[in-house]
Amino acid sequence: MLPASACGTRGRAGMPPRAPGSASLAARTRSARPAMAALPLPPGLLRRLREGTPQDPAREIPPESPRRPPQPLPPFSFAPRRLRLGPQHPLLEDGDVHRHLYLQGVLSSLEDVAERPKVSEFSCHISGCCQVFDTLEGYEHHYNALHRNVCSFCKRSFPSGNLLDIHILEWHDSLFQIMAEKQNMYKCLVEGCPEKFKSSKDRKDHLVTVHLYPADFRFDRPKKVKSVPKHTSCPMEQGPSVPMEVSVETAEQLQLDPMETGPGEDMEIPQPAASPVPSLPEKRLYKSRIPSTICFGQGATRGFKGPRKKV
Amino acid sequence: MWGRRRGRRGAGRGAEELRARRREREAALRKARREEQLVSKRLLREDSAAEEGGQDGADAVPDPLSEDEVLELLRAVQRGSEDRKGSLGRLRRALQNEETQQKFVRLEGSVRTLTGLFTSSLADMQLEAARCLHELSHSSDPTVAEACLPVTSYLLTYLSGHSVEFTELCLYTLGNLVVESEAVRKRLLPQGIIPVLASCIQSPHEAVLEGVGYVLSQLLQAKESPVEIIPQVLDSVLPQHMLRLVCSGLKAGLGAAVEFAWCLHYIICRHKSNTVLLALGAVPALTSLLLDLASEIPQDAPEGLELLMCPVLRCLSNLLAETGCQVRDERLLIALFLLLQCLLQQHLFLGQECLWLLNNLTADDPFLCSALLSLDLLPALLQLLPCSQMASVLVLTVLCNIAEKGPFLCQRLLQQPVLPLLLPILTQPDPEALGQCLELLHLLFLHCPQAAADFTRQGGNQALEQHQSIPELQERAQALLHMVRQPLGAPSPCHTTLPAFS
Repeated sequence: MLPASACGTRGRAGMPPRAPGSASLAARTRSARPAMAALPLPPGLLRRLREGTPQDPAREIPPESPRRPPQPLPPFSFAPRRLRLGPQHPLLEDGDVHRHLYLQGVLSSLEDVAERPKVSEFSCHISGCCQVFDTLEGYEHHYNALHRNVCSFCKRSFPSGNLLDIHILEWHDSLFQIMAEKQNMYKCLVEGCPEKFKSSKDRKDHLVTVHLYPADFRFDRPKKVKSVPKHTSCPMEQGPSVPMEVSVETAEQLQLDPMETGPGEDMEIPQPAASPVPSLPEKRLYKSRIPSTICFGQGATRGFKGPRKKV
Repeated sequence: MWGRRRGRRGAGRGAEELRARRREREAALRKARREEQLVSKRLLREDSAAEEGGQDGADAVPDPLSEDEVLELLRAVQRGSEDRKGSLGRLRRALQNEETQQKFVRLEGSVRTLTGLFTSSLADMQLEAARCLHELSHSSDPTVAEACLPVTSYLLTYLSGHSVEFTELCLYTLGNLVVESEAVRKRLLPQGIIPVLASCIQSPHEAVLEGVGYVLSQLLQAKESPVEIIPQVLDSVLPQHMLRLVCSGLKAGLGAAVEFAWCLHYIICRHKSNTVLLALGAVPALTSLLLDLASEIPQDAPEGLELLMCPVLRCLSNLLAETGCQVRDERLLIALFLLLQCLLQQHLFLGQECLWLLNNLTADDPFLCSALLSLDLLPALLQLLPCSQMASVLVLTVLCNIAEKGPFLCQRLLQQPVLPLLLPILTQPDPEALGQCLELLHLLFLHCPQAAADFTRQGGNQALEQHQSIPELQERAQALLHMVRQPLGAPSPCHTTLPAFS
């Protein structure tokens, strides 16, 4: 039986008439709802679910005659139909509100926070790197920022394997230079964009106009850069007194010689074995990776030779 | 799940105060939704001594700084001093205040400084700068979000990196920025956010996946999404991964599954023709998921299950409405009711959401209509009547779906017995439910005239007579009274017990 007070205790006076035959589900202001009693379910349902309900021979199934939906007789209008509800439908309001309460972190049941595991201090395992950490995440981030995607030729680090690969190709691969004279070799940096260009400048123009990248995008330095005063190519406007930045940033911006790799320097280097994080399958040019025994600590000054004339 | 990273609630904060705060939020959200302005953001804030109160703690959010104080902080950060990291930390805490955020972005070079630090290879500076940007992203002032435009290309670039924590931070920052301003979205789409997310969704890290889901869910709710965003998403590998992650939610990570389930819902309810998702087998996959959820619950119902169940129900309902496909598996009915049994009392809204699906399942499927009865689920179905006004209407609609299938099922309904349960409904004031009740009675009397006599005997006529004065019910009430008062004619099919009727 239904509980004694079913939906709504509002009076009828003043309720506006509704359009006849409307099949829409109208929103109503909610009045106090009674507490829900538990659902009266027959026993054994869970078992039937898990084991799959056997075909019950005693169950009578209505015969499957081709159904012409019978026309409803006026004034009755009911015809069964599947409902499709759009994003703003009133029926979805409660669920949407619940979802947003969750996003805002207001659902009390989810307040319990798992403590982050504390570890005692440890240092970076790359030899020569002296950075110390007390959280795994801090270490992981350091490793990924400094040691993971590093060019073995010029020691620059890159935020992703993709950018590193592009860099190596364009800066340190002489075959690339040769081929670039005949065909468009400069790949667009945006993932998923197939365009290629004949010069670094053309690519930059494309990045700026089509992909709305900043003109001074840090990871698209053109290869031949004369010694440029640092504040015009640096993305930050800073005074000269920026010692920490200089030791790292400046070295990256000034032109380091692309070391011409002779055949003797090609090395098959496996990835460092102790990755803190299982990595995604990566396309790698193994011969350009740094052996794990070599470290590039942050703040290390980097050698700068004058521009070498091409022989 | 997402909640794992938030600061603890301040000690001494009363439960009543929390409930009051929740009610306030809820009222604000309802209002926003009715104005179609429903926007929420997430905030990742570290557990630290200064933030005991957590996101909601009014004590923990610092007071706004003056313009000079903000400038001082900025200069301290720009100087390459020993304590730069400390200055950045202080800046970050100050930026928890929205006014301070506004002042900060108005200072010349401020965002540029943060961008520079954010893109340096000094890992801890970078992380701290990222946290500052994250605070800024949480502002409800669109100008603050727009001030962060220069940083978007870098946020995207770093998503291809490997630090889980850093990537997660970038993702939530992006998600917050996305939802605040169309200008930001107009920038991010050509910058390639969709392909980047399509790569990130293949990450094995749950935290990253949850973040990806969050960004996507914000993108998909944008008003221009049906034109600008959904087609791109459907064209990528995102749909198959979303479906996979939703369906493996119980084992692999409820947080990510919840996000992607909502993403799927946002796509399906906005997109006209969901052929991509249908071709990926969304209907059987989501059906299986519900079966799995229902068979796992009793012992260890994970928190937040309703957050997964709700969008999955909606996806199924809308997908079923789009195609003529049938879900012939009666175990789905069992699963729905088992889940309701577990979740309904705490989350009443699930009643109407389930009923919507039940309607779509039973509308043109005699098999499931019959199964509903033979599984003895009718009492539970009727128990859903008081959930809400819309639930009442839907319960009656489902009953109409059953009754419309013909005398055989009508008879089973009447045997339940259903008539005594309908009588109280006739005394309720809601015209929509009443109308549906009258339709149901009509179907019952049509197929089983004997029922009319029973109805009269139980005093139904008086109830009908009351409604003769209501315009939208009048005709139908009168027609029913007419049916009821007619003398019984030739023996009706309902007198026999043979099942062979259509």
